[in-house]
Amino acid sequence: MTAGLLAQYVMNGLMLGMMYALVAVGFTLFFGVLDVIKFSHGDVLTVGAFTALASFLGLKAVGLASNPLLLLAMIVVATMAMAALGMLIARALVLPLRTAPALNTLLITLMLGTVLRESVRLFYPAGANPKPFPALLPTGAIPLGQFNLRLDNAIMLTAGVLVIVALQLLLNRTKLGLAIRAVAQDEETARTMGVNFTAVVLITFAIGSALAAFAGIMNGLYYNEINFGIGLLLGVIGFAAAIIGGLGSIYGAILGGFLFAALQTIGAVALPFASAYKDVFAFAVVIIFMAWRPTGLIQEKISERV
Amino acid sequence: MEGRGKGSQASLLPGVGALALAAAYLIALLAVEKQPLIIGLLVGGIAGVVVANWFGWLVPVARSFADREDTLAAVAIVCALAVAAWFHDNHFVLLLVVTVLLYTVATLGLNIQFGYAGVLNFAGASFFGIGAYTSAVLNAHTAVPHLLVLLIGGLLAAAIGSLLLLPVLRTRGHYAALVTIAFALLLKTFLEVNDVLGGPQGLQVKGMRVLGWSFNDNIEVGSIELSFYLSYFAVSLLILIGAFVLVRRLERSWIGLNLDALRLDEIAASCFGLNIARWKITAFTLGNFLIGVAGALFGMVGGFVAPNNYTFADSLILVSIVILGGIGNAWGLVVATIIVVVVPEKLQTIQEYRFLLYALLVIAVLLFRPEGLLPRPVRRYFPGFRP
Repeated sequence: MTAGLLAQYVMNGLMLGMMYALVAVGFTLFFGVLDVIKFSHGDVLTVGAFTALASFLGLKAVGLASNPLLLLAMIVVATMAMAALGMLIARALVLPLRTAPALNTLLITLMLGTVLRESVRLFYPAGANPKPFPALLPTGAIPLGQFNLRLDNAIMLTAGVLVIVALQLLLNRTKLGLAIRAVAQDEETARTMGVNFTAVVLITFAIGSALAAFAGIMNGLYYNEINFGIGLLLGVIGFAAAIIGGLGSIYGAILGGFLFAALQTIGAVALPFASAYKDVFAFAVVIIFMAWRPTGLIQEKISERV
Repeated sequence: MEGRGKGSQASLLPGVGALALAAAYLIALLAVEKQPLIIGLLVGGIAGVVVANWFGWLVPVARSFADREDTLAAVAIVCALAVAAWFHDNHFVLLLVVTVLLYTVATLGLNIQFGYAGVLNFAGASFFGIGAYTSAVLNAHTAVPHLLVLLIGGLLAAAIGSLLLLPVLRTRGHYAALVTIAFALLLKTFLEVNDVLGGPQGLQVKGMRVLGWSFNDNIEVGSIELSFYLSYFAVSLLILIGAFVLVRRLERSWIGLNLDALRLDEIAASCFGLNIARWKITAFTLGNFLIGVAGALFGMVGGFVAPNNYTFADSLILVSIVILGGIGNAWGLVVATIIVVVVPEKLQTIQEYRFLLYALLVIAVLLFRPEGLLPRPVRRYFPGFRP
């Protein structure tokens, strides 16, 4: 294998890893503040990607032609809309079920995921077919020896890193972040210290869902195509990545995302059969991983109160 | 328990009446073709149940089912036969009836896992598909007797399911859900990219043939021609009866008691000496076996298998049936399967929207009536026991 090809694989792996990490961070945030898994998270990503596509088409129709502006508008519309959707889901379905058995939350969010996915399939014009996603980033490439660094990939990767750094700063350096971490650590104590629990939960869901929308746009720009099923796939892998890193830990989720992408890329290169099996391989890895380390790489100390 | 001899048993009449009414309603629903009439019938049916509930007419029915279940089960079989006889030459309706029967078998399997042992399985349609693909491959390439193919389909589903045992046993709740969801997506993708099993186009399945009797030929009795689906109906009904008896006996036995304990509180159950792993394995494998058998026969009935029939969304439909029917209630499952399978087929306008509608319906049920449409009754520890 040449160095150029190797670099290409590394780049692909990094792009995949960034998307997985962004989704996994959402799962881990929700789990942190509420101890729930929101299975509809992946489908929020789908809706986000389609919202971005719709706003692109809309803005294009009213005559906006500048690519950077279009992209910026898409990102703003999609992240804001998904933040609102995330808050709505938390308010209407997740918070009311806090006292119900955990199974009900699981089933409700799973079914909600189906509702979102099917709504995209049925109500987006010709939503059952894959949709071309506009290539809005510069398409040039910088030759680095044998490897051509594509500009759009480099920009997306940088943007992803910036988003994650921003999230880190938000969580570690702001009062809101302090409140989120406080609620994640101990809800009751946080309440007694005057943290507005409901507001913190809603904001956390907004942040997580906005991240999902961002990942959805990234997915569209990377593959130049979206369909109504992308979220289900990314959701399952993102959840698995969050578990690998240990649910509740942001760094763990990011690490898990990249680790998973690395495994998948290595699998695609090393295994003899065609890349058609790459999703099969990914899900097999999820299952094997759950058998090997059911609570993540850093084993959770299990003690249960009865 | 004195004074609760045979004499004080609830009357059979309300149960028989309810079953007869249900059969008549079902025949009417299946016979009607015009969309407005179907909508009218559905609305009428819902209104009828609500009104009956309002006046408390359902209580004697429930009591008669609780006390005289065996007799009423026989009456229910007669009702099923009556429905089949009514439509003896109607291919489409009989196919629908057979679908209901086989889906009920599959959801009974899911019920053992989910309703009794509390083992989550979001890959029900995948195991169904494994059964169907088994019959496609075996019927095309081997001379294995077709009744045996059904058995092999079930065994293969159970065997492939056992690959998931380790992760399912080691995980719980959301984590276990993830494992089965990943499996559902894996299997569908695998079937799609695999050339040997027909890829996205799927495979043709040869019809059933037992002792030289081909199930895909119409039956002629004198001058009356009967639909070939009647043969499939007979086999499906027999399998359903077997599965139903098995599930009900299992539920009432000490095994069912163990599974209930396991579901309600795993830790307490293990403290009382129950072997958690053993019962989870039993429930998961037995459930997958039933789903696989149903799938194998369904493959032969439909004559065609394709990955798109066994998606994650279809698995969720199966889970929806279990939740709607009242988790753990075998009779409720029959009712819920009829609703979930028949309504979209008859009401063509909602056919395309069925995944969406049932997802919404399940959300509503979980929010407002988490115990399902027909809640599972309290276990009866001895005859005549009423809590």
